[in-house]
Amino acid sequence: MAISKDHLLWMYETMYKIRCYEDKMAEAYAEGKSPVFNIGAGPVPGEMHLATGQEPAAAGMCVHLKKEDTVTAPHRPHHHAIAKGVDLNRMTAEIFGKATGLGKGKGGHMHLFDPDVKFSCGGIVGAGIPHALGAALAAKKRGTDWVAVAFIGEGAANQGAFHESLNMAALWKLPLIVVIENNQYGISVPKTASTAVPSNDVRAAAYGIKGYYVKDNDPIDMYNVSKEAVERARTGQGPSIIEIETYRYLGHFQGDPEVYRDKNEVTLLRQKDPIIRLRNYLLNECGVTEETIAQLENKATFEVDQAYAFARESDYPKPEEALEDVFV
Amino acid sequence: MQQTKQRLLTGNKALAEAIRLEMERDPNVFVMGEDVGVYGGIFGATEGLFQKFGPERVIDTPISETAFIGAAIGAAAEGMRPIVELMFVDFFGVCMDQIYNHMAKIPYMSGGRVKLPMVLMTAVGGGYSDAAQHSQTLYATFAHLPGMKVVAPSTPYDLKGMMISAIRDDNPVVFMFHKTLQGLGWMDQLDASIGHVPEEAYTVPLGKANIVREGTDITIVGIQMTVHQALEAAKRLEQQGIQAEVIDLRSLVPLDKETIIQSVKKTHRLLVVDEDYLSYGMTAEIAAIAAEHCLYDLEAPVKRIAVPDVPIPYSRPLEQFVLPNADKIFREAIQLVNE
Repeated sequence: MAISKDHLLWMYETMYKIRCYEDKMAEAYAEGKSPVFNIGAGPVPGEMHLATGQEPAAAGMCVHLKKEDTVTAPHRPHHHAIAKGVDLNRMTAEIFGKATGLGKGKGGHMHLFDPDVKFSCGGIVGAGIPHALGAALAAKKRGTDWVAVAFIGEGAANQGAFHESLNMAALWKLPLIVVIENNQYGISVPKTASTAVPSNDVRAAAYGIKGYYVKDNDPIDMYNVSKEAVERARTGQGPSIIEIETYRYLGHFQGDPEVYRDKNEVTLLRQKDPIIRLRNYLLNECGVTEETIAQLENKATFEVDQAYAFARESDYPKPEEALEDVFV
Repeated sequence: MQQTKQRLLTGNKALAEAIRLEMERDPNVFVMGEDVGVYGGIFGATEGLFQKFGPERVIDTPISETAFIGAAIGAAAEGMRPIVELMFVDFFGVCMDQIYNHMAKIPYMSGGRVKLPMVLMTAVGGGYSDAAQHSQTLYATFAHLPGMKVVAPSTPYDLKGMMISAIRDDNPVVFMFHKTLQGLGWMDQLDASIGHVPEEAYTVPLGKANIVREGTDITIVGIQMTVHQALEAAKRLEQQGIQAEVIDLRSLVPLDKETIIQSVKKTHRLLVVDEDYLSYGMTAEIAAIAAEHCLYDLEAPVKRIAVPDVPIPYSRPLEQFVLPNADKIFREAIQLVNE
């Protein structure tokens, strides 16, 4: 399959940006939380689920999407949001609880909504699939070629919403793609202890739809598979499931003691980091220079820095604004 | 007095007419749910719509409430105006996450940037021995949770006017219709289930109570079936020389507090009647409003009639014992006025 070099460069920049963003978020989140960890303290309070290591799923899919396509994401949503082009300043401000945030500080890190690029996410496992189903239904009713992508974790494939939505999407041949990021753990429970099949792509057979499997967090493979699934959806060939074997380098949430896995596991995973692999591929197979890579990295870092500065400099909402926006 | 021509419709036909008019007016309106197509809705709310608009706009779904209510949320976020039917309100348990964690909260969590102009239409009410899983009203369960308008009209006129308002509203609206007020041939035949309904589209505001009978001696507040029971009781009270004022709440959210307060200030006595459970419910809310805003206008304690905190039983004598009725209202009102 022909791979566009521009696409790969975009993917690299996006994955790098996600990594920078999450690294910086881990630091910001830690502020005010030592020596005693208090989940409600510091400039970024509450639960924090970071996607470090899971960049290929978001970048490999979203490179094929346009503004009019819909993306729904779960409780670990930053990589999808960044890849879908959510306003980084307002997203970061939202996570810092500021009035300039996407939801004026009412949503927080698990509840980011940017209708300008048709992105949403939520904190209930599997619940975003029906929303993507509805977007796919709307796209079909309006005769557009828009598609809807629901990103979920492998734990969500065991939710009723997964089954109900895929049955309906298949029944009505809707342009829905469900991307399952199998990061190996549902909080602490390994997939082998939660799921009866070795990989969820085989569940596609239950709906008579296409199932794809991407091994070992491979960005290029994710790119190829997503391209096919998106093309199928755009041309009326119905829904697909993609499962990607991916890795979460950090805990389920920041502060997770991670008693359920070997301390060396992440060290080994980082040795085959997908960003480094894509970088090498660009340098060795695509004739991209170190300078170009450095430019992309600088641009990404700059955007991230700017977003954090914007968030920190923004004001908190007035307390009584809590009473607004219940009804429009 | 000039006689105006009455166009009589049953509740279900009034509801279906409202949806038809709005579907003709706005291509973004569509209906989705179980048996809403050829069947016309188990309680007739979509009668004739499939024949008129076809399967693209009147969509029969699998028995997958989470997926189709969630899909309505997704479609509404895209600017469509879906009406989804949850066949019995009792089935909320299989899909409450979509209703409450998403439909009701997304507009707020997005700081008002995401609008969800959708109607969740659902059948409520008992009295026909359908037992504990098919007879509830659950008014307060929904009204307690912020982010949804919750309405429960009691006449064909209001069913049509409030459905049109609900469809045009940019907020999610839980639209409860009472099964026995639909005027269906296979249920109790009540005069209240048939009424004058103008042919054209009109709106009845959401959040405005209706004084359906004026009186000076006692205020009786009800909703849906209990309004009709209160009216029947009021007739008998009149024979005893008692003038009862009867308020049909029509909307639980927003709640028209002012109409209740003004009425209590006039009558000085308050009886609240509800087909939902007693504790933590609508009757308690109205009593609290009276206590907060017009306690010193009351000449007697507030009285409440509601389902006495038991699941709705099956057997006829058991069910009739727990549900409110005109007799109970009459007796309680007499006592209250004589206190």
